[in-house]
Amino acid sequence: MSMTPLTATAGRLTSEGEPLNYLNNGHGLKSWLLTKDHKRIALLYLFSVSFFFIIGGIFALLIRINLLSPEGLFNPDTYNRIFTAHGIIMVFLFLVPAVPAVLGNFLLPIMIGAKDLAFPKINLLSWYCYVVAGIFLTVALIAGGIDTGWTFYTPYSTSYSNSNVLLAGVGIFIAGFSSILTGINFIVTVHTMRAPGMTWFRLPLFIWAHYATALVIMLGTPVLAITLSLMALERVAHVGIFDPAMGGDPVLFQHMFWFYSHPAVYIMVLPAMGVVSELIANLARKNIFGYKFVAMSSLAIAVFGFLVWGHHLFVSTQSIYLGIIFSFLSYAVAIPSAIKVFNWTATLFKGSISYDTPMIYGLGFIGLFLIGGMTGLFVAALGIDVHVTDTYFVIAHFHYVMVGGSLMGFLGGMHLWWGKITGRMYPEYWARAAMVIQFVGFNLTFFPQFILGYLGMPRRYAAYPPEFQVLHVLSTAGATILGLGMLITIIYFIWSLKNGERAPANPWGASGLEWRTSSPPPTENFLETPVVTWEAYEFAPIETMDVLGYPGDPGKPSQPVPAEHGTED
Amino acid sequence: MALIETETAPERIELHAEHHPHLAHHFESMEQQREAGTLGMWWFLLTEIMFFGGMFLAYTVYRHIYFDAFAAGSNVLSIWWGTFNTAVLIASSLTMALAVFHAQMGNSRKVVRFLLFTIILGTIFLRVKYIEYSDKFEEHVFPAGDFRWPIEHEANRPNNVGDMLLMLIGAEPLNSSPQGPEHAFSVKVTTKYAEKGPYYGVGGQVPEEVQDPGFGGHVRMYFWLYFAMTGFHALHMIIGIGLLLMLAWQARKGKFSREYHSYIELTGLYWHFVDIVWIFLFPLLYLVDRHL
Repeated sequence: MSMTPLTATAGRLTSEGEPLNYLNNGHGLKSWLLTKDHKRIALLYLFSVSFFFIIGGIFALLIRINLLSPEGLFNPDTYNRIFTAHGIIMVFLFLVPAVPAVLGNFLLPIMIGAKDLAFPKINLLSWYCYVVAGIFLTVALIAGGIDTGWTFYTPYSTSYSNSNVLLAGVGIFIAGFSSILTGINFIVTVHTMRAPGMTWFRLPLFIWAHYATALVIMLGTPVLAITLSLMALERVAHVGIFDPAMGGDPVLFQHMFWFYSHPAVYIMVLPAMGVVSELIANLARKNIFGYKFVAMSSLAIAVFGFLVWGHHLFVSTQSIYLGIIFSFLSYAVAIPSAIKVFNWTATLFKGSISYDTPMIYGLGFIGLFLIGGMTGLFVAALGIDVHVTDTYFVIAHFHYVMVGGSLMGFLGGMHLWWGKITGRMYPEYWARAAMVIQFVGFNLTFFPQFILGYLGMPRRYAAYPPEFQVLHVLSTAGATILGLGMLITIIYFIWSLKNGERAPANPWGASGLEWRTSSPPPTENFLETPVVTWEAYEFAPIETMDVLGYPGDPGKPSQPVPAEHGTED
Repeated sequence: MALIETETAPERIELHAEHHPHLAHHFESMEQQREAGTLGMWWFLLTEIMFFGGMFLAYTVYRHIYFDAFAAGSNVLSIWWGTFNTAVLIASSLTMALAVFHAQMGNSRKVVRFLLFTIILGTIFLRVKYIEYSDKFEEHVFPAGDFRWPIEHEANRPNNVGDMLLMLIGAEPLNSSPQGPEHAFSVKVTTKYAEKGPYYGVGGQVPEEVQDPGFGGHVRMYFWLYFAMTGFHALHMIIGIGLLLMLAWQARKGKFSREYHSYIELTGLYWHFVDIVWIFLFPLLYLVDRHL
């Protein structure tokens, strides 16, 4: 295959003589707040998602500080509000939108050779929905918080809780709209806007993962919307639909809630898996092992994800026969998940592995997701689950999947595409150091929680017996280290905006259309619509690359065209 | 989608050659743009199905547990109004389909005419819904208000088309349904199911601390679902009428042509979807245990 650049990357200049790209094509607040460019919207999302990640992280540290001593630092009521805030912010305002709305928004059109997502105005509307949702949830927090946990179980949330359940419900409802709008955009774009030659099985695995995610978003989120609407109506009108005292069934709420919220786990982790496929293939410079299996396993996870919600109800009066079926189906999810892990590992075999930061995030993902996934089998087993339900074992399990999986994937992707997004490279030394610090901190935080949970420490308790203190202190120490690692990442990312090295078009010698346009890309992504004549993940031998230069390297630009010429086009 | 310039900086450069004026910058052709819009609308309707699906699930569960209460509640609704509204909505689907047809043919004047017909039919539907809701308030079966069961004073129910038309314009019906407890629907209904006794939670197991909400409590659950489901449906109708008004205005100003009319098609899809939801709501809410 040919790795020659498809487009002249230095084709146009701004009036200051800089190469024209999406960042300097239009200035001022209005050009950002009213933009319809998917890349700028991705940056808007990056900013807002990071903001809420920091807020959610602060609440996480407050939880850990409270648990330093057996009596607890805060009173239990305050503690309820702290862990609820952590859960709601991290789930609805960080994990669900993080990878799709930032990396997906930025990369999906470029990777398939399109100029933009199919509905740019709807894409912008999606960000505004996110912001409004964020405002609602922030107001709910400032006005005293929510004490139901992020799961809003009835009848506590509808009849007894004296906190801002309604405000939070409205906020999450609107956040759901934001997800749905992004999902529609992704699906329609992949279906209708692929460049000539970009067949379904030439799509990068990142696209397959986002396609599967969009399916889950579209089918799951509306159910959450109606569930929260019914909960809100019940709280206002109190007619008993979820209230056993009035003939209602609170377990119905749990069924409806988990019908969304279990697939939501896959909304969070599938896009990160797409990122990891890109990291592994590109930084091992090897075609992904079993492309079609990895692609189809994304769809399989999306489908299976809708059939396993009942494993959250093993101890909620659900019929034992139903429990057996849900347990079996939950085990079945392990199959497509394992396909991915095995294929990534097989891709590494005899690859030209570089240990740059994105790759070590990818390796970190595989290890942590493995632990998170395997402990998922523990909690999917009917017998063991009775012992560990609502304990720190479950907390540790889903943090290994959510933080070890989604967050590692997100950060790995941010490093891989940072140069593409901002035009500047991050500092490699600090990035590797931060990744190692995060990895150590993460394991120190959550591994002790497996033991705590197995020993019987229940989740959501503000106080505990003194014999658990050692493990809790270890966990808090880990969280501090993890927080420090995150802080380093945030600092060097901001630092690199001004001081990082200029990113070439293809700093990794990677395959994929996004590396064939300049860093950062022009507003239209490509100056001419690309025509795809190669398969996904075809890599030229390294020797060839050294001779020919990396595609689109601005180090060897084609003749820049003066600005006047550009305007006439 | 018109290309609206939002990035006003002086160095902003537009790259595109002359296109159809309604072709957005990121599409290659009108056909691609239309295909994207249609697919997007279908996917959106799928999310709508899931949204209503949550309420259908709740309905199914409670109808299964409290069938007699649901039958009793259902019998209180006016079958005349329900049937009338069903006919109105089906007719509106026809006029909507004709509007789309004429849009494809490029007959702007007929597009406007059929859009207006659709709007009028939609408005009639909402007017009937308003009458029905008012009756339920009057009969004290609005679940979040002062709910009373059995019904003490029954509102007027039409039993012929002439009365319905009179009531539509706010006039008194000529043949209003008989007043007085011995004739009232609800009394007959309550007697029919009275010997069934009060109903309890799942599988007949009643926790001791649970106070029995009684038969009336379960009827209240029915009315709660009735108001939630028809309320969300009416909300969709209102949004649909708003969209149709906008389209009729744009069509009158000549925005649409044989090449460019996808907004009308998409709104048509939406309108038919809202109709179909009603086609399910009507038998589920009005016809429980009613055999003619």
